[in-house]
Amino acid sequence: MLAPNFPGRKEDAVRRVSITVNGAEHDLDLDPRELLVYVLRERLGLTGTNVGCDTSSCGACTVLIDGESVKSCTVLGVQADGQEITTIEGLATNGSLHPVQEAFKDTHGLQCGYCTPGFVMATVSLLRETPSPSEEQIRHGLEGNLCRCTGYHNIVRAVQQAAGVGV
Amino acid sequence: MIAETRAEARDAAELVQVEYEPLPAVVDPERALEDGAPIVHDDFGTNSCYTWKLSAGDVDEEFGNASVVVKERYRQQRLIPNAMEPRGVIVQPFPATGELTMWSATQIPHIARVTLSMVTGVPEAKLRVVAPDVGGGFGSKLNVYAEEALALVLARKLGRPIKWIETRTEGYQATIHGRDQIQEIELAATSEGKIRAVRAKLTVAMGAYLQLVTPGVPLLGAWLYSGAYDVVAYDFECTGVFTTTTPTDAYRGAGRPEATYAIERAIDALARKVGKDPVEIRRLNFLREFPKTIASGLTVDSGDYDAHLDAALELLDYDAVRKDQAERRERRDTKEVGIGFSTYLEMCGLAPSRILGAIRYGAGGWDAATIRFLPTGTVQVLIGTSPHGQSHETTFAQIVADQLGVGYDEIEVLHGDTAVTPLGMDTYGSRSLTVGGIAVYKAAERIVEKARKIAAHQLEVGEDELAYDGGRFTANGGALTTKEIALQAWTAHNLPDGMEPGLEASYVFDPENFSWPAGTHIAVVEIDTETGNVDLIRYVAVDDVGKVINPDVVAGQIHGGVTQGVAQALWEEAVYDDDGNLITGSMVNYLVPSAAEVPSFELGSTETPSPTNPLGVKGVGETGTIASTAAVMNAVVDALSARGVTDIDMPATPERVWRAVKEVAS
Ligand code: FES
Ligand code: FES
Repeated sequence: MLAPNFPGRKEDAVRRVSITVNGAEHDLDLDPRELLVYVLRERLGLTGTNVGCDTSSCGACTVLIDGESVKSCTVLGVQADGQEITTIEGLATNGSLHPVQEAFKDTHGLQCGYCTPGFVMATVSLLRETPSPSEEQIRHGLEGNLCRCTGYHNIVRAVQQAAGVGV
Repeated sequence: MIAETRAEARDAAELVQVEYEPLPAVVDPERALEDGAPIVHDDFGTNSCYTWKLSAGDVDEEFGNASVVVKERYRQQRLIPNAMEPRGVIVQPFPATGELTMWSATQIPHIARVTLSMVTGVPEAKLRVVAPDVGGGFGSKLNVYAEEALALVLARKLGRPIKWIETRTEGYQATIHGRDQIQEIELAATSEGKIRAVRAKLTVAMGAYLQLVTPGVPLLGAWLYSGAYDVVAYDFECTGVFTTTTPTDAYRGAGRPEATYAIERAIDALARKVGKDPVEIRRLNFLREFPKTIASGLTVDSGDYDAHLDAALELLDYDAVRKDQAERRERRDTKEVGIGFSTYLEMCGLAPSRILGAIRYGAGGWDAATIRFLPTGTVQVLIGTSPHGQSHETTFAQIVADQLGVGYDEIEVLHGDTAVTPLGMDTYGSRSLTVGGIAVYKAAERIVEKARKIAAHQLEVGEDELAYDGGRFTANGGALTTKEIALQAWTAHNLPDGMEPGLEASYVFDPENFSWPAGTHIAVVEIDTETGNVDLIRYVAVDDVGKVINPDVVAGQIHGGVTQGVAQALWEEAVYDDDGNLITGSMVNYLVPSAAEVPSFELGSTETPSPTNPLGVKGVGETGTIASTAAVMNAVVDALSARGVTDIDMPATPERVWRAVKEVAS
């Protein structure tokens, strides 16, 4: 849940933080209770990161903080001060998709696409830790992300394909 | 509370003190019909909302003469749809013109425009509804919600944009729920297990207030309680009941998963009673001649049920799994294996408008497409269906590319915007391809017809002398492509006398029948009898959805559908306490499966093209959900039947399974 029992209140002083997102540094004056996911979406306009729940259950909001996958709805913007964040918008290079994005596209690993940015970011992080995962490792590694459309079958194929090309 | 920011709105909302007066609650539909139950709507004096019946043949006589009668009672628990994108609506008013644009995460922009206009008084022509990329629906966004009406009215009143985004927890409380019915099903059969008659009686929770199709949802299954089986007499009765709960409405499959569940569970019970294998009893009862008018009165278009059953058995290696099951029992393994079948028959592709009229549905079941060949040779396809994950852009582009001989990349499929697309009936009930896709196909046909006239005129030959292939008309060594003709039609310098310029065509398709996919799904579960844990270890699905246009898209729909049906069987359940509080109020205590809970699926297909549409297609969006719940529960019961367990309520949680095992052991 967000408010009402959140620490910050409007009268609390805003805090100046400096966050690097997809390589660009941003100095922001944040309300202490602002969640990172809303900082990304509403202050920086990076709406690729989605919100699917209010109980940190769905993983739609997954981003990388200093290279590790984190649910950005569980982090306050002010906690990200000085950190480096990668969102789905930061994966493609020079207009070509990241191999994980490519793999989701090739294997029909998405339907409505709402969960997809979160899955892609979680996969990038999973493959960094476990470059050649078994099906079981993939399924357990992505346990924190929910998809209601695909039944996960093709998401697993996507991860396998991405692992195959070496990410 | 309306504010400039989310935080301000929340702060302000905290200042509001609401005093609630608790009213008596009644959450169970059977209880709600009992004498003395709290009445949800005092002015009705009863919680009974309606009773709807369908009867054919002499059911009583069949039951009187039956050697074997099976009588079962099942509970379809309440489910929460959980599309991953919560609902949300933004309304932008344009005070100077009185126009309002609404962006809504909805499955039904067209229906929403009609109903919102009626509800708010905003003239239909001044209201534009846009359903952009919508993040899943599964029926939960097949509704016109109060928040949409409210946002519209507020935006008009304040002259400012209004935005409302649902939290997941709000979604659990206020977005429609699915299922919640009690089913009683009886089969009258011969001693060898040939079913003669089916009697089905439903008691269904409507919730407190009817939504867009609340009362109609269980009735979508009304014709299907005899499943894929040939019976002579049929009796269906459904009573909708008001309860002090969130309304139920369409959830993936809507009425048909319930029907399939009841008949597929009951036929297994019959098999046990007459001592037959579940495969054998199904073969004994299959519908075999098509088209076939079934006992409930509708006509099944085509099918070959032995074919998909055979294919599924082979994919599974049935004998080997049965052998494993027997060996485990032999050595008294604490881990049992169960095999569950679901040879479902589905009725989808909503719908022939006349049939909808007969069941007093408020709208038609047709859909529309317009194809516009642009002067530069690219093509716009404007559709009345409204995808939210079903890949219309891909499938419909394939249909058009095939007919017009243009590349997929040159085709733009536009949808979900009432200012852009033709009037349509939107997306639900596995209708987009079988209704909307046919409209696309027919509109493309019209384009080719007109292009042929222009080609004949310009090449100075008769129309029948032209050959047409891959977007090229040829005759006598001359050739014209559809793209060239599109430019010619636009300049209109040299068209046949009296022809309208432009290369654009529309079609509105009203199907003459539903579409009738069928298939065999087989679930294999492993049950740890010491912990009650159920593990779905294999899942085989062989579906006949008629002609397949895009195999990847079809497979994806089946994967997702199966997973939702499996989730009903094993994990998901919305629970209210006796005071009417939803105690499974978030994703924390309502188990939406993750990748770790399900296996990879083993898919196969057979194909009997539908004779009722020119593409031969049948729907696929709901087949997986319709088939899988029964397959999994039949597998659970099959695993434990040797121990004497004949039924377990859904979801088959470890606790329920463990208790069932204990109970029969003692
Ligand atoms: S929005 Fe962050 S986990 Fe659901
Ligand atoms: S693709 Fe729709 S939720 Fe995953």
